[in-house]
Amino acid sequence: MKEVSNNPLCSFLLVVNSEENVVTVRPADTLLYALRIHLGLTGSKPGCLNGDCGACTVLVDGTPMKSCLMLAVEGEEKAITTIEGLKNTPIQKAFVKHFAFQCGYCTPGFIMNCHALVHTEKDADETVIKDWLESNICRCTGYKEIREAVISVLHKLKKNE
Amino acid sequence: MKNELDYIGKSVIRKDALDKVTGEAKYTNDFQEAGTLHANLLISPYAHANIVSIDFSEVWKIPGIKAVLGDEPYPLVGEEIKDRSPIAYKRVRYHGEPVAVVVAETPIIAKRGVDAIKVSYEPLPVVNSPREAFQQDAPLLHEDMESYEKQERVYPIPNTNIANLNKIRKGNIEQGFMESDVVAEFTISFHPSDHAAMETRCAIAEIRPDGTVIFTTSSQAPFALKKLMKWYFGIEPGRVIVKTPIVGGAYGGKASIQLEVIAYLASKATGGRPVKLFNTREEDMITSPVHIGLDATVKLGATRDGMLKAAEIQYLFDGGAYSDKAVDISRAGAVDCTGPYRIDHVWCNCYCMYTNHPYASAYRGYGHSEVLFAFERTMDVLAEKLSMDPLDLRYKNAILPGDTTPTQVLLDSSRVGNLPLCIKRLKELMKWGEGQINEMDGGKIRVKGACCIWKTSTFDPDATSGVILTFNPDGSINLMSGVVEIGTGTKTVLAQILAERMKIDINMIHVKMLVDTQTVPEHWKTVGSRGTFMAGRAVLAAANDAIRQLKDRAACILRAPAEDLQVGYGKVYVADNPDFSIDIKDLAYGYTFPNGNTIGGQIIVSGNYTIPHMTYIDPETGKGDPGPEWTVGAQGMEVELDTRNYTYKILKAYSVIDIGKVLNEKAALGQVMGAMSMGIAFGGRETFVFDDYGRVLNPQLRTYRPLHYGEQPEYIIEFVETPHLAAPYGARGAGEHGLLGMPAALGNCLSSALGVQLNKLPLVPEQLWRISNEVNQ
Amino acid sequence: MIPFNFQYSKPQTIQEAVRQFYEYNRENKKAFYFSGGTELITLGRLNLVYADAVIDLKGIHEYSSIFFYENYLVIGGGATLTAIEEANVFPLLGKTASEIADRTSRNKITIGGNICGQIFYREAILPLLISDCLLGISEAGGIVYQPIHKIFNKQIHLKEGEFIFSILIDKMYVTMPFVSIKRRKQWDVGYPLVTVAAIKKENLIRMAVSGVCPFPFRSLEMEKALNEKGLPVEERVETALRSMPGPVLSDVEGSAEYRLFVLKNTMIDAIGELEGERGV
Repeated sequence: MKEVSNNPLCSFLLVVNSEENVVTVRPADTLLYALRIHLGLTGSKPGCLNGDCGACTVLVDGTPMKSCLMLAVEGEEKAITTIEGLKNTPIQKAFVKHFAFQCGYCTPGFIMNCHALVHTEKDADETVIKDWLESNICRCTGYKEIREAVISVLHKLKKNE
Repeated sequence: MKNELDYIGKSVIRKDALDKVTGEAKYTNDFQEAGTLHANLLISPYAHANIVSIDFSEVWKIPGIKAVLGDEPYPLVGEEIKDRSPIAYKRVRYHGEPVAVVVAETPIIAKRGVDAIKVSYEPLPVVNSPREAFQQDAPLLHEDMESYEKQERVYPIPNTNIANLNKIRKGNIEQGFMESDVVAEFTISFHPSDHAAMETRCAIAEIRPDGTVIFTTSSQAPFALKKLMKWYFGIEPGRVIVKTPIVGGAYGGKASIQLEVIAYLASKATGGRPVKLFNTREEDMITSPVHIGLDATVKLGATRDGMLKAAEIQYLFDGGAYSDKAVDISRAGAVDCTGPYRIDHVWCNCYCMYTNHPYASAYRGYGHSEVLFAFERTMDVLAEKLSMDPLDLRYKNAILPGDTTPTQVLLDSSRVGNLPLCIKRLKELMKWGEGQINEMDGGKIRVKGACCIWKTSTFDPDATSGVILTFNPDGSINLMSGVVEIGTGTKTVLAQILAERMKIDINMIHVKMLVDTQTVPEHWKTVGSRGTFMAGRAVLAAANDAIRQLKDRAACILRAPAEDLQVGYGKVYVADNPDFSIDIKDLAYGYTFPNGNTIGGQIIVSGNYTIPHMTYIDPETGKGDPGPEWTVGAQGMEVELDTRNYTYKILKAYSVIDIGKVLNEKAALGQVMGAMSMGIAFGGRETFVFDDYGRVLNPQLRTYRPLHYGEQPEYIIEFVETPHLAAPYGARGAGEHGLLGMPAALGNCLSSALGVQLNKLPLVPEQLWRISNEVNQ
Repeated sequence: MIPFNFQYSKPQTIQEAVRQFYEYNRENKKAFYFSGGTELITLGRLNLVYADAVIDLKGIHEYSSIFFYENYLVIGGGATLTAIEEANVFPLLGKTASEIADRTSRNKITIGGNICGQIFYREAILPLLISDCLLGISEAGGIVYQPIHKIFNKQIHLKEGEFIFSILIDKMYVTMPFVSIKRRKQWDVGYPLVTVAAIKKENLIRMAVSGVCPFPFRSLEMEKALNEKGLPVEERVETALRSMPGPVLSDVEGSAEYRLFVLKNTMIDAIGELEGERGV
């Protein structure tokens, strides 16, 4: 339990991409701010700082979260995964193959959400995919490419089962 | 072996792909240099007001504040007319206008500083639409218009709200209407809206001790910034260095220069320290320039059998509070003021109006989707009057080689694509012959609508594009172009063009994504779907020079005349005896003989391209040759409408576009689909909502909603390929065209469905309900 | 980016949370109970909310739980909207919650936060209003259970230092026939023009509405009119609409006249679904 104190800053352990970091932030700082400014992980993008666009999506204990809607201190004792923590995953490869990005700014957030989706909802149908992915805005593509990328990974994972 | 190195038309994986899917791609705000200060804006809550007083005293009490800017007469700026103070002085003219800037050690301190500023305003009467602005008794936004410095070929009218008037006079409009049996007149309007690029704009500026100004900025126009810094502040272009990393979506919105100037002033106020200014979403939507609005009236005359004879048009563009790029957007709207039809008699007055709305930047399509909504809706109104099928009417009048454009450019098959073929294919794809309207169960109807599109790009006639190629010791090539990677994949296409020309493995081409104006040659601006054409020509010119140099070098080693040599597959070889060859890697850095003698050094070549024969347009008639070619197309939509509650779903969206030549198939489809998606949202949902005081009520993505996943229709896209002979492999511009007809096609579709003529955007169900009710009463 | 600083604590018991709240109060500090926290973050950055101290309730045992206990379905105030939807224990609530914001946001937004929020739609309260739930309200001494109607009038009225720890719903409501309809300005995302949640209990329709007025409501007068079974549905709805509990919103989502048009259609649809074709 965290003690009540008058210190405007607080320090705690933040586990990001399986690495332990001691971060010192204002309790009012968002997780997005801590990731970008304190840890230099700029893959998570500020798009609205208002929870409306999904560009800052990260995984918290495997669940997609908008890191602009979460205080950094809320991340204590949780496992946080950012785009920098994904290497060579099927969804990243599928995004490349299907041209599921253009300017790339929404891509880290989209990939985090899609990554969680294909691993959480292996039998996802169109309704489930829509329910998850309408959390993110892509202004460049027509979404068709992203849909194809997700479906191709779902098929692939199914085949490998 | 040959086929493997055939890159044109292939869906080559983008050169920026890995960086973008791993989070490694760095955008302007991702650069976090120690020592950088942060600026934050105070923006106007009023659309029109005098600033009575402004008090910074509380700001300076906050530790960490470095500078406060505002309440000062800064040099006026603006793209063609200097009518805007970069930070408002004594008066604000739009909701969101920068009023003051606080520079501090951290963004949070800067924000606290802004919150501590006290301003009092005296509200002024608001001009809330271009039509209001056009009235005789409208309040004036710029009483001192005559004193403003301006570029040539801008035609403001002092003591009015007219920032620019372009006239198109082709043929004789009276005669045109005399030859007409049927006349259709229609008026449309829509408000400004937003680009909503996911990356909000960001600029970093610093001033070096020698006076060199260095910018890092999310811009489509890094080279234009150099020139404008000269016009605004007298700083020589050589003293301005602009770096532009990968840009997170632009769509024209980042073609304007705004934050750069403020960051420069902020840096200057702090002794030249680097200052970063990063827009919040709210600022990006209203403070920075927006997508232009339009009020328009189109009057068409045609013979009884549907031959267009006359078009009389008034466009009133909503340029907003400052003219900036709106002058040129309205010029582009005038140049293609009609749809893509042969019309002998055209009269158009195209006005750029000042209003108390956020001011305009370019927007994908540059005036064309706006003009086409007005014109193509009127075409459907005319078709109804003529009792003619709307696509038959368009087919009959489709512009052809041998016809002239509104600015009297005589077209040939290179300069204009094949519109009749586009219409024909659209009809087949849409099964148009099966009828436009189908009744379904439960009060629903399925309805189809269509329209035609065209666009040329009105660059400055001296706009240039350059490319530098340098060779590496492994024989690979570095490609440097001033094209900004804004998401379109143009730099990958340039690599394809180079690989194809050099017959080299595409993996041997390394594209420099970052633009640095000091080391990368100019590409005028990354706008107007012209990157592939102009930079592509520059690549070919450079590649030809590289090939020449390689051959010259190889000639003496292979002991064969240069003209007998070929370059390809990593080698220079004798054409009729390929066994005599030498690897490019052994030539590219100079060839070393066994005894150490070396000839030549690193091969460094360049190329550039300027479009020939472009002219300004005549101020009285509009006559002139403003663009290299016209991409044409036909687009359609199929919608399911619930006639009880006026909700609808777009089932299918169609585009048939004459793209000249497909260079990268998936990239081209992506451009067209993405543009259609934007166009659908512009037509169906997106708009700023203004209150009576000109304030924007929805400057957030939760109330201003672009298309989200799952709202997209099925896209059906087909390309026609009529080569533009001047372009690399014949390719035509296509980055914008998918958007152009979407609002008009949607309007035509829903108008047919409801039996009313819809004249406003966006076409939300409330709009359909309202107009249907008005008509029924 | 929240410009102001605050202290943060994460107590593990109700008593500790309430104690901290009063302690801050004594020090003249504005304390803020933090559940999902999305409003503090989004409104705080615009200076529309302020706090000197944030008390994160998510460390309290059972604050985020969902379970059945005796005759009740118990939902912790800290249960996220996604958790409620996935638990699938009260389909009406799950359906209504699933249309709020978007899924990633719902992974953070809690039911307690939604129904007590400043953003006035508070759609998760609609199913609670028509199921006569009890709200478990934390106080210094523990939890006190109050019928929702006693403390809800346009919004939930809590005394200073109180928070909603749990929601108790009589089991009989979770299986009743229901309908939940959200109508937006255009297509599938965004705030509602109208959200209607309704159930049929002993052949009578209960209905609660959000998006129409600047607060959610359930109106017994409206329900009375809607249940006048002898009359045509349209007439019942038109009568009901005469009992609006406040002025109808006119804003960026839509005008008042249009909202009424949409509300009328939505009510007709809801009744149609609950009563079937024959209207019984």
